[in-house]
Amino acid sequence: MTRDEITTGLAEILEEVAGVNPDDVAEGKSFTDDLDVDSLSMVEVVVAAEEKFGVKIPDNEVQNLKTVGDAVSYIAAQS
Amino acid sequence: MSRSDVVVTGLGATTPLGGDVASTWDAMLAGRSGVSALTQEWAEQLPVRIAAQLAVEPSEVLDRVRLRRLDRSEAIAIIAAQQAWADAGLAGSDLDGERLAVSVGSGIGGATTLLAQDDILEASGPRRVSPHTIPMLMPNGPAAWVGLELGAKAGVHSVASACATGAEAIALGLDIIRSGRADVVVAGGTEAVIHPLPIAGFSSMRAMSTRNDDPERASRPWDRGRDGFVLGEGAGIVVLERAEHAAARGARVYARLAGAGITSDAYDIVQPHAEGEGAIRAIAKAIADADIAKRDIVHVNAHATSTPVGDMLEIGGLHKALGDHPVLSATKSMTGHLLGAAGALESIATILAIRDSIVPPTINLDDPEPGLTLDVAAHKARPMEIPAALNNAFGFGGHNVALVFARP
Repeated sequence: MTRDEITTGLAEILEEVAGVNPDDVAEGKSFTDDLDVDSLSMVEVVVAAEEKFGVKIPDNEVQNLKTVGDAVSYIAAQS
Repeated sequence: MSRSDVVVTGLGATTPLGGDVASTWDAMLAGRSGVSALTQEWAEQLPVRIAAQLAVEPSEVLDRVRLRRLDRSEAIAIIAAQQAWADAGLAGSDLDGERLAVSVGSGIGGATTLLAQDDILEASGPRRVSPHTIPMLMPNGPAAWVGLELGAKAGVHSVASACATGAEAIALGLDIIRSGRADVVVAGGTEAVIHPLPIAGFSSMRAMSTRNDDPERASRPWDRGRDGFVLGEGAGIVVLERAEHAAARGARVYARLAGAGITSDAYDIVQPHAEGEGAIRAIAKAIADADIAKRDIVHVNAHATSTPVGDMLEIGGLHKALGDHPVLSATKSMTGHLLGAAGALESIATILAIRDSIVPPTINLDDPEPGLTLDVAAHKARPMEIPAALNNAFGFGGHNVALVFARP
């Protein structure tokens, strides 16, 4: 899976869970500061991402995933 | 120091009769029923397959992402509160949040969220349970969301007294303003539990009508053919305001909330007191608190749920506490029983009856009980001058609440 494909997949999840416009989702964007994803919604995003990409994202890793790019890198390394 | 007068300056509702107060009130005056058959697959095996479902789905008002985080009871509380807030002319106002409180309760709360998330837990495990589960099912959720929506910082309160909740929440609002803790209180009730488990539970109590083949005629307070209540869903919210505060901002005033009476039976967890003793005391306290002559309280929006026992006990209580002159209405004949929202929706009907000088009808009263010795506006609305009116609400647990509203 390419980084772009993972980003597109995350954008779909973010739209479903938090109503984020897919056009706003890019690797440099911060989940909280740029995309306005609150802490409970971030939990939903993580669980949905695990399901979609077939990876495990432990809770202690989630705090390191500040940006969409962080998440893409983590998922790419796992899958 | 003289006690503050408290007035009603805004109304909001979403009900089985309409998505707002105006459409709900029009339907009531026209004597329309909001009860229909439950056509969902889950209803097929239930002994009760009728209910009064919302006329307007919350998804027509609130966006999808917002609704994912809200129990249905919370969503409709927000919708009704937004309406009431705008109706009071407070949308976009610079009201000090520290002078604004919320008192919104629910009879059962986020039961449908609990049950849906339990299904997910069983099917997919704990990690799939939504992180929104707790704020969706907590009993203070509707009040807290309304407080967030409106910026209330003087306290957010969630009364829970079963089918008396909506009325008790309004009574608490009266107390809060009289005590000086707030100038404005957004008060009312919400309920959304049309789901097989609550229906099965009430059915097992033999409390619900099983007139499945004739939904619109199933809710028939005081009629000899009544066989239980019809479950309804909806929310009713009023804006209560210190009279001087309302006058200072030039607000339109619907009515004065003149007094409230609250008692408890200490008799049985679900049966009303055999002589309606607690209800009589609540009505008497409300009248005394309002300091209004009984003869001026000419209309009662009764609790009257269409159950065999409760309906007639209330008649006896009204005779004793108020007299034989009031004209009654049981609007549950049209809306069904909104449980924790009932007292709030019926307060709205009482307030509008005063404003419009008209008693809403009681439909389906085709064969009145011989003991129905008080005058009921049966079938048709009845125009009449209403200087003051009473709203009763009673709940499982032995809760009795009476509210007196009067012309401003």
